[in-house]
Amino acid sequence: MTLTSLLQIYVFVLAAFVGYYTISKVTPMLHTPLMSLTNAISGISLVGSLVLAGSQHDRVSTILGVIAVTAATINVVGGFMITDRILRMFRRDRTQAPK
Amino acid sequence: MKEQLIQVAYLAASILFILGLRGMTSPATARRGILLAEIGMLAAIVGTLLHHDIISYTWIIVGLLVGSAIGTAMALLTPMTAVPQRTAIALSFGALAATLVGIAHYHQHGGDLGRGTMAALGFEVMLGSITITGALMAFGKLQELVRSAPVTWPGQNVINGLLFLTTVALFAMVVVDPGNDTLFYAMIGLGLVIGVLVVLPIGGADMPVVIALLNSYCGLASAATGFVLGNNVLIIAGALDGASGFILSILMSKAMNRSFRNVLFGAFGGEAAAPAAAAATARSVRSTNAEDLAVLLGYARRVVVVPGYGMAVAQAQHEVREVMELVEKRGGEVVFAVHPVAGRMPGHMNVLLAEANVPYDRLKDMDEVNGEFERTDVVLVIGANDVVNPAARTDRSSPIYGMPILNADQARNIVVLKRSMGTGFAGIDNALFYNPKTQMYFGDAKKSLGALVAELRQLS
Repeated sequence: MTLTSLLQIYVFVLAAFVGYYTISKVTPMLHTPLMSLTNAISGISLVGSLVLAGSQHDRVSTILGVIAVTAATINVVGGFMITDRILRMFRRDRTQAPK
Repeated sequence: MKEQLIQVAYLAASILFILGLRGMTSPATARRGILLAEIGMLAAIVGTLLHHDIISYTWIIVGLLVGSAIGTAMALLTPMTAVPQRTAIALSFGALAATLVGIAHYHQHGGDLGRGTMAALGFEVMLGSITITGALMAFGKLQELVRSAPVTWPGQNVINGLLFLTTVALFAMVVVDPGNDTLFYAMIGLGLVIGVLVVLPIGGADMPVVIALLNSYCGLASAATGFVLGNNVLIIAGALDGASGFILSILMSKAMNRSFRNVLFGAFGGEAAAPAAAAATARSVRSTNAEDLAVLLGYARRVVVVPGYGMAVAQAQHEVREVMELVEKRGGEVVFAVHPVAGRMPGHMNVLLAEANVPYDRLKDMDEVNGEFERTDVVLVIGANDVVNPAARTDRSSPIYGMPILNADQARNIVVLKRSMGTGFAGIDNALFYNPKTQMYFGDAKKSLGALVAELRQLS
């Protein structure tokens, strides 16, 4: 096992802990927008697919890359937008105007 | 210098994602949270576009534009009742992106890959391919394109188990011999088949667990992509996503009193208990009507509404909110007791109620509200059944024994709105209906509540 892969495991484990404790505190009321938010965040696979689509390595890579960019962008844009749309409906009291 | 700049952007993105998730602890901070996460995403994307391997932007722009158009349309056009379906298909897209990146990486490097990288890559495409079709099946079931009832056949678990073991064996062989692309593509093919076969036998009511579990797979596949590409922001975001799915799966399984194993291999529904049903015939229920119920609610000080999926199916959220407003106008207090599995995905019922303009401070989760039923005048159970079945507390022989329930039976008056005397999803009789404190109000929830609203208006 190389030093780099050890460091990667290090990062993964720490991030998983942070994720576990952060998400344990999320109110059950917001579990649906939580899922659409993590879904948008999972669109971070864009960072891999963008390079693939733009590096002109070979035709197969470019095609796979463009499909991946499209799929990940659907998640990023769609995920953030629907999360916001859901959250806008959560209002403290009906007498207060939605912000 | 450019490389450093990219890394700084990725670090900023990772921090902003975590802060964004932290915002979800309360509806008051949640929208600011997504703004932070959005800025993080933008930073990561802009950073990536600086990458020195990128020569042409043409195809990147095409992908970004097409993806944005589809994503926007889906986000704006999806009705709130269909959010579980959107989530399922989005998980499929997420897994597809991760899997394709993995395949392209293999296509470019193949036999030159070290064992460690190959293991991460194999893990990525194996989990990814299972999630692609598994989430598509979940989408089909939720959208009712595929029969949502469990589909079973003889020897199902044995066949699925063998297929899974074969896939794992292929994975191991690819790690040993990274150059063998037949094995690699066979593994992906089998993964796609397994995704279909594993979700097919799972019933519609178990979807909250399935979606949460697929969410966690999708996250792990992203994290594995990060290991392959040596990209920390992918590892971190994938770990966060995976942790979120994992926590939600555990919460959902607990709320349904089921183990993962039971959800995945149990194909609930067929084996429902017969003994409880036999006792039911002799007992009688008391029924009520809109007029009497209006009087009961009109003079109640404290009312708890227990909404179930039946309420959402009947689209009765708005009528429920009107009842809430009328009772509040007369000085009563109304809260909603939301069971974790009310709905088709975690938290779904809260979204449906919020959409119907129920303020979120009236939405209480099970732990908050369960101690308060004793001092509640009227509990209004609308289209819910198993989640208020006292057998879960008292009857050791019941299949739902041990499941956490809402203690509706402790209220002074119990009113159950129900289409008919049919049993719930678990197919078991509910002693709550025969409780002397209980009145049944039969009919379609939307119409029944409409009549109740009219009667309540006339009261004063």
